[in-house]
Formats: sequence, structure tokens, C-alpha cells
Amino acid sequence: MANVSTIIKREYSTRVKKKSFIIMTILTPVIFVALFLIPALIMGNQDKEFKKIAVVEDGSDLFDGVIKDREDVDFEYLKGADVNQMKTTFEEAGYYGVLFISPVVTNVPQAVQLISKKQPPMDLLNYIERTLEQDIENKKLLAYDIENLDDILKSVQTDVSVQTIRIDDSGETKETNTGVSMALAYIGALLMYMIVLLFGVQVMRGVFEEKNSRIVEVIISSVRPVELMMGKIIGIALVGLTQFSIWIILSFGILTIVQSKVLPDDPQVISEQISQSVMNQVPAVENTGVVDQTVELTAQEKEFAKIFNNLMNVNWPLLITSFFFYFIFGYLLYASVFAAIGSAVDTDSDTQQFMFPIMLPIILGLFVAIGTMENPESSLSFWFSMIPFTSPIVMMARIPFEVPTWEIALSVAILIATFIGFVSLASKIYRVGILMYGKKVTYKEMWKWIRYKG
Amino acid sequence: MSLLQTENVVKQYKDHLALDKVSMAVPKQSIYGLLGPNGAGKTTLLRIINQITAPDSGTVTLDGQKISRADLASIGYLPEERGLYKKMKVGEQALYLTRLKGLSKHEAMSRLKTWFTKLEIIDWWDKKVEELSKGMQQKIQFVTTVLHEPKLLIFDEPFSGFDPINTKILKEEILYLREKGATIIFSTHNMESVEEMCDHITLIDRSKSILEGSVDKIKEEWAANEYDVVFKGQAVIKTISHYEILKTTKDNGKTQVRLKTSEKAEVNTIIRDMTDKGQVLSFNPALPSMNEIFIRVVEANKNN
Repeated sequence: MANVSTIIKREYSTRVKKKSFIIMTILTPVIFVALFLIPALIMGNQDKEFKKIAVVEDGSDLFDGVIKDREDVDFEYLKGADVNQMKTTFEEAGYYGVLFISPVVTNVPQAVQLISKKQPPMDLLNYIERTLEQDIENKKLLAYDIENLDDILKSVQTDVSVQTIRIDDSGETKETNTGVSMALAYIGALLMYMIVLLFGVQVMRGVFEEKNSRIVEVIISSVRPVELMMGKIIGIALVGLTQFSIWIILSFGILTIVQSKVLPDDPQVISEQISQSVMNQVPAVENTGVVDQTVELTAQEKEFAKIFNNLMNVNWPLLITSFFFYFIFGYLLYASVFAAIGSAVDTDSDTQQFMFPIMLPIILGLFVAIGTMENPESSLSFWFSMIPFTSPIVMMARIPFEVPTWEIALSVAILIATFIGFVSLASKIYRVGILMYGKKVTYKEMWKWIRYKG
Repeated sequence: MSLLQTENVVKQYKDHLALDKVSMAVPKQSIYGLLGPNGAGKTTLLRIINQITAPDSGTVTLDGQKISRADLASIGYLPEERGLYKKMKVGEQALYLTRLKGLSKHEAMSRLKTWFTKLEIIDWWDKKVEELSKGMQQKIQFVTTVLHEPKLLIFDEPFSGFDPINTKILKEEILYLREKGATIIFSTHNMESVEEMCDHITLIDRSKSILEGSVDKIKEEWAANEYDVVFKGQAVIKTISHYEILKTTKDNGKTQVRLKTSEKAEVNTIIRDMTDKGQVLSFNPALPSMNEIFIRVVEANKNN
């Protein structure tokens, strides 16, 4: 055992000290945060300077004063102005652009034009469209000459939002949110997939390197081959845990700093983003539709409160414990298979033929996991969450939708049993493979190795 | 008294028999040569001693006890297929390898410094292995093999890849280790080094041990009644019934004659005869070289 810990230490420290590890560990969260923030920054920092827009109509004056001034935009209605003339002179007159409304607008949507030198910002266009739409709708309704129209409209307006409430066996009810569960399922399954693949392949490379550099025989004259193999697998697992912890801490750290430093000009947006930061999935983009903010804010707040409430309702201890177990045993299972492959092959290109059969369940697992989010109770999901090679990924996608404890227990038990079986098979292949040079390895050959004695 | 003994060791792989009842006894504090053509089974035998593979039948004993994993701490093994982690620093790596043999960090460190200084490689401590030449790497491997002062040292083709100067240094170190009490087994194709260093040998050919014993005895057995006689000045000797003249060479005012005696001839009679013929400077049995013996034995085995 002293030997195994010496091996673990070497595997860990050589990897953690590598430049590529340090760069990857620091850069990944930066890129991750950038992916979240850059779209938000682009939207948030868009052309905010004050604009004056001339509103011109052709012949009629239906829309006088319809478009209200906004904080950063003034709309000046120029009665009877000539569009063609305005087109050439608006810039000199100090206008950002000319909004031309043709009277056919009530029937032809394309009858409105915004003429400007620069590309107008998206939200300005949205604002104009919405205002005009509403106004024209109102005008059309008025044309029917219905009495008490306002009251009728008010009483007709309806808002439906389905609340999903699950009742468990004890009759206790719980409000759930499919969106939250889906997000958690997606994150869990994807993380599991990444871990297995990233670090499993590292195990394979490490074993291959030892065989290829011919150091392996020196080492196994001191320690058992299985000790060397397990030392490597555990060492790399610790590297993985270290990297993930740093990623999570750094991501949150950077997010918090960037939120407070980069977007301080609009306090409302920030306060909302902070209330949102619990659920980063809701992109900051939505909030820049500043127009209806005052109206929608309460609705949004309600929605956040709901999401937050649902997040609190998630069985976190179960989720985290399961993640932990599936991470450990899923990784160990795959890593032992990857170690066997690394030991059997002679050249890098030989790994390809053996990679395919392992990649298959991993990718299959991810596909089933994505299907699981659509239909968490399907029998396909059930079986794939029991089959050991796909269970870590699929079960992580099922757990947020609530899975009976016995199913999780059974699935983990099957996984552990399979892991034990595979480690012993893998270590047999490993033991022979690492000393076998210059031989093209086949499955038949590996099967022979498994049956070799001592 | 032998330190290591193998008895009827058999190892069968799926498609061939690697070792067929190989027995050998390695005397304490000897240098023991394990000879044989490529693929004869030498490496398999060494791996069995190091418990990298297990024999199908037969036993290996160390100091009279059946060998166990605990004994690995008192064995040092330099395999034929040897390498180092290319990206790791020399010092760190040497420390790691010796710690796996059970040395404490402190002890390993102080011994490493001593050896590195002795072999003049202390400047490489912080270099990466990939920056070193092959010969330099071999030196490091040698140091890590002997550092835990094992009582049994096993070298598989230790001189391959060494230049003559480093070979000489290595030979001196091996002799020094033997003097300090270690027993050494090495496998080699290099018959010159066998002549120079080995006390005992085993020759393995096609999975079987076909020759075993002390180098001196084996040479005497294979001497085949040949003698070298050196005369001062000129001497003329002709074949008679007692002996046959195989070869005569003259140089530097000396005459050397190789003769083969008949089965019945007494050595004393022949010596007397020689002294009659001229001034004898030396009279020696003409021992065959290990190289000759190797070739003759292996070829004879092939014809069986």
C-alpha cells in the first residue's frame, strides 16, 4: 500500500505541475465565462447614445404622438414633411434617422421604413414595431365601435402558466419545474460524460507512455502490476477532482467579479442578474428589452422566485451523493478498460480500433440521457440507467426528475459489481500487455492473456 | 552455499515452451553469467526470479526460503527493456524509483547524492531525462538498480548501448559491489565480459539449460587435451605418436607450439620431451574461449 501511495503521488504531482494542466485549468473557466458574458456584454453595451428620429407620414397623420419618447430616443413627428426631401437632409437637421410610415401600414407590414446612416440597434426596432402594432390593433378594434371595449379587453385577457405538482407516495405534494430538472439533468449527464472521456483517455495515454518508454518493467520489479495500474487510475482521478474544483470555484469567482465590474451602468439589469445568478441559464440578454421592463418585472420576479423555490425543492444531498458515487465508479470502470487498452497496444494508431467499442456506450449513454430529459419515465431510460456502462450518464439525467431510491441503489450496486469484475479482467490484460512488444494485438490475443496464470 | 536456486522451472506460453525444467544454483557473492542465444528463455527466467511472471511448475528459493514478494526489496533488477519517464527530472525520477524499493526519502536522497557524485552525473539532477544521451540514461538506471544495496543484483544485457569507457566504469562498479557482498547474475551475449567477470555460468538454449558450472571447470572440460608450449629461440617439433602438432608460430625470438596429446599420453612425459627439444618458457593447457564453447555447445544442441 505504501507503494500505491508513492505511485499516486507521482501520477498526481507530475500532472498537476505540467504547464498544459495549469493553462487548461485557468483558461477553461475564463472561456466558459466569456461564452456566457460576451453576448450579454454586446447587447448591454450597444449604441446607447441619444438619438432623435424624425417620424414622417405620407399624406395622413394617423400616428402623431403615437411613438413615445424613450430615455435615449426622441421621436419628433413632422407633420406634412416630404420623405424624399428628408432623406437627404435628416443628418444636417440633427436626426439619427427618418421613420417613414405609409398609410397602407394597416394592411401591409412592410410599409414602415427606418432610414438611417448607421445600422439601428435591435431593441430600437423592436420598440417601434411593438408600439405601432399595438396602436394599429387598437385602431382596428375601435373601428368595430364596440361599447365598453376597454372593460371587455381587460376581462378577456388571460395568462396561463402550468404548475407541475408531484405527489409522492406519502401524499406530500411538491412543486416542481421541468425546466430546472432539465437543466440539472443536462449538466449532470454532460459532466459525467466529460469526466469519463477526458480522464479515461489520460489513463490510457499514461499506461501507453510507460510501456512505450520501457520503464514499466523496472517498476513492476518493485510493485505489482495491478498496484501500478490502480495507482495511476487513482492519481488521475485526483487530478480530475482538483481540476473540476478549481473550474467551479474560478467560474463563480470570475462571474461575480465581471458582473460587478463590467456592467455597473444599469443598476436595474444588475440587480436582476444577481437575482438570476442562481440560475445562470437564463441569459442576461432577455433583460435588455427595456421597454416593458416596468410591466414585466413583477412577472419575471415571480418566475425567478418560482425557479428559486424549485431549486430549493431539488433533493441536493441525493443528487450530490449520487454524482459522487457515479463519478467514482463510472470513472473507475472506464479507466480500467482504458488502462487495458493502453497496455495492449504498441503504437498510438493501434488505439483506434479498441477505442471504438468503448466510445460506443459513452456516446449511447449521452443520447439516451438527452432523450431522458424529454421523457424521464421511459423504459429505455430505466434500462440504460441500469446497464453499468451507460448508467452513470443516464442516471445522472434521471435523478433530477426523482427516481425511486431502490433504483439508484440497484444501479450503483450493478456498477460496483461490474467495476470489480472489469478491474480484475483489465489487470490481467494489463499485466501481460505491458511486457508485450512488437505484436499486433487482437481481441483473441487479449482473451488468451486473461486466461494466463499468475 | 548458494544464495539463489531454481529447480525444474517450467514456463509454458500458449504457443511455445519458454523454459523447460531449468535448474541453477547461484553461489553467494559470485558473478553468475546467464548465456544463450536470443529467444532462448533467459529473460523469462529473470522475470520469474523477479516475480513478474510465475512459473507453471518448479521452485525458486532465495537463501533457502521460497522466494516471496517481500524479497523484492533485496533484489535489484535492470531489465533488458529499460527506460525512464522522459518528461521527468533525473533526480526526482531516481528518487521515485528507489522509494518504490522501500527506501525512506531521506536515505534515498543521501545515497543518490553519493552515487551521482561518484559517477560524475550530479550536474544532471535537475535535467529532464529527454535531454540526456542514451548512455547517460543507462548510468542513471544502473544507479537506481543498485541504490537499495540489494544482496542479489540481476542485470539483463547490462552493457548493451554503453560505450567502451562507460562499459569499463560499469564493470568496475559491478566488481566493487560483489566485493561488498552482493551476488550478481547477468545475462549477456558478450562473451568477452563473461571471460572477464563470471565465476559461474548457465547456458540456456531452446528453453533448456544445456551447460552449467564454474567457468574454470567448463573450460577444462572443453580443453580437449590441447597445450601451448613456448620456447625461447628456435625449436623444431614434429608430430609423434604421443602428440600431434596443430600449429607453430614464431615471433620476437620465441616459438609457440599448440599440440594435442593422445588419450593415453602422460603430461609429465610430454613435458620432459619438450624440455629436451629446447628452452621451455611456459607449458599451459590451451583453454578454449567461452566464445568457442558457446558456439560448439549451441551447435551441438541444434543437431540433436
